[in-house]
Amino acid sequence: MLHTLVILVEDLPGVLNRVASLFRRRTFNIESLTVGHTDVDGISRMTVTVEGDDHHIDRLTHYLYKLVNIIQIEDLTYKQVVKRDLALIKVSTVSDKRSEIFQMVEVFRARIIDVTNQSVIVEITGDIEKIDGFVEVLKPLGIIEMVRTGSVAMERGPDSLFHAENGYQELTQSMN
Amino acid sequence: MKRSGAQIVWECLVREGVEVVFGYPGGANLPIYDAMRGYPSIHHVLTRHEQGAAHMADGYARVSGKVGVAIATSGPGATNLVTGIATAHMDSVPVVFITAQVSSKLIGYDAFQETDMTGITIPITKHNFLVTDVYEIMPALREAFYIARSGRPGPVLVDIAKDAQQALIDNWEYDHSPFKMRGYRPNMRPAPSSIHDAVDLINHSKRPLILAGHGILMSNAMEELRVITEKGNIPVAITILGKGVLPANHRLNLGMMGMHGEAWVNNAIQEADLLLAFGMRFDDRVTGNLNTYAVNAKKVHIDIDPSEINKNVKVDIGLVGDLKEILGQLLPLVETQNRVDWTDHIAEMKGNVSVRDIQNLPDNGHLYAAHVINDLWRFTSTDTVITTDVGQHQMWAAQYYHIDKPHKWVTSGGLGTMGFGLPSAIGAKFATPMSEVWTIAGDGGFQMTAAELSTLAQEGIKVNIAVINNGFLGMVRQWQEFFYDKNYAATPMKSPDFVKLADAHGLKGIRVTQRSQVEAAIREAQATEGSVVIDFKVEQEDSVYPMVASGSDLQDMIRRPRVLVETPKDS
Repeated sequence: MLHTLVILVEDLPGVLNRVASLFRRRTFNIESLTVGHTDVDGISRMTVTVEGDDHHIDRLTHYLYKLVNIIQIEDLTYKQVVKRDLALIKVSTVSDKRSEIFQMVEVFRARIIDVTNQSVIVEITGDIEKIDGFVEVLKPLGIIEMVRTGSVAMERGPDSLFHAENGYQELTQSMN
Repeated sequence: MKRSGAQIVWECLVREGVEVVFGYPGGANLPIYDAMRGYPSIHHVLTRHEQGAAHMADGYARVSGKVGVAIATSGPGATNLVTGIATAHMDSVPVVFITAQVSSKLIGYDAFQETDMTGITIPITKHNFLVTDVYEIMPALREAFYIARSGRPGPVLVDIAKDAQQALIDNWEYDHSPFKMRGYRPNMRPAPSSIHDAVDLINHSKRPLILAGHGILMSNAMEELRVITEKGNIPVAITILGKGVLPANHRLNLGMMGMHGEAWVNNAIQEADLLLAFGMRFDDRVTGNLNTYAVNAKKVHIDIDPSEINKNVKVDIGLVGDLKEILGQLLPLVETQNRVDWTDHIAEMKGNVSVRDIQNLPDNGHLYAAHVINDLWRFTSTDTVITTDVGQHQMWAAQYYHIDKPHKWVTSGGLGTMGFGLPSAIGAKFATPMSEVWTIAGDGGFQMTAAELSTLAQEGIKVNIAVINNGFLGMVRQWQEFFYDKNYAATPMKSPDFVKLADAHGLKGIRVTQRSQVEAAIREAQATEGSVVIDFKVEQEDSVYPMVASGSDLQDMIRRPRVLVETPKDS
């Protein structure tokens, strides 16, 4: 099954390469990977969607922890989460389907963010299934180009996933 | 004080207690070498190939328990280290590799002798650093040594751009303060409840068996192992890297497990009701077919690396942490038991096997490698350090050179690196200069790094080399004999005259073709001032027994035929 892992990493050159290299080396397949800054300087957050059973993902987590620049890993698969993907879709409007496109944008609560005589760019945010559904609807209407960000995820409720002692407070590692 | 980046490298090495480094100069690391003579407390060994430097640092680290250091220049110098880095990584050996990189302005432009070393070594190091700023040299080296030696040890590479080596810091001072590493927490501890669960399993077990690995040596948990073993009368099977965790002649030390392990050890594993895996990782070479591996046994696995628990073998209890600490907690809780039925049963299995042992074969005029190695064991003391190369001789050495003390046995276990023997012996000699050091190598592996004879001669140190010369790449030939219809493709090997090769290096060479000559040759090598190469011309087509074929059930061993294979008289 698909697992969603959130990984806090030190924001240093090459860290993405180390993570990607580990997935390859241990023969795991990344379905999607996003990375960006957090509210803490020097810490980036990755959301990785990866296929595997619980035992595999457990192994993967242990391997990831061996990377010195990885601070914390959380498997959100079995938690109450909000998960969002964003897509920009450029659709042709030269045919007589213009009003149909606008209608679909309305139905899916997407937004038009660029309009020309021949095309529109539509922005849609939502879970994977919603965006997949929207893309299927637009396909017959003439998609010119499309980009998706991949999922980002966060647990619902007031708590932070990340243990203060792990992520947000610098640990002092004494010698020996 | 005013210091260049290159000087800071040496300042850091001095602070880390480094006594010897193994290396090779070149264009990009010239500043480091230019600064070297200002730091005479560190001895530099010029090797003949960077692979040699890597294995020497590895051998030094395994025998001394300290962090080994190897230095290479950028590009080909650095890539030549790669086999040695991977070797150290597979066997969890703490080595810091310092490579030079082209100047930071040139990185990424395919400059002369530029190679992406941090990219290349990501999968074969515990961690690596690319340093392009002189101010980052000290922090990187401090972290490198700490990472290399802490937790599960391993190699760390520090790649330093040439301009960072050349840059100056006006008021440089060594920083002794603790440093921060947000993502590195090597010291884990198991929950007390799991300790009690493990003790429960041990105390209720009728047929327990300890599987003792390299982790015991690295955690220095030999005494704890001995006490647990004796208190509970729990027999011990060892991995190839675990030789020395318990004296070979200890009544509860059964010997080596696995593909070429002793038959009674493998059978005991299959019959056990509890396996206690201490600092070992259930490599495919020790388990055979995982589906039939110790199916009747509960399993307790203690390892410092959480990723090893449940990796190859699903265990009932996994305890993550330092072995010495965990065994120390288990010790007082393990009940004194005699388990005489179990130990008697194993002794009986051992007795049935021993009669077939090649050591019981009377001298028939042929020279068998197993005899040579057993004689070498008989004529050397328990303080002798033995390093091996990789192949048949390595397995015979593991079977017939009995190791009684820790850190006296150095072999490439995980990676199986041919060419490891001689350079690791040179490194071992620097770790323990007063000890007698021998390397046992095959004719194939010896020639992979034989150029280091020249290093040996230049350093003027004494390492004796026993070449087990069967004119074949013996282990591959054995597999061809067993599994490929004796199709000896590319395994017959013609070698130079090793006696003359030794002579060319100003070293003594001795040739042995009869068993009766073995003792005298060993004695002569020991009495000679410099290093000696002994060319033991052994049976060409002898095989290592027993053997669990790759992927077979552990109890399903190919056993030595009663009639020994002999080289035809006219060959």
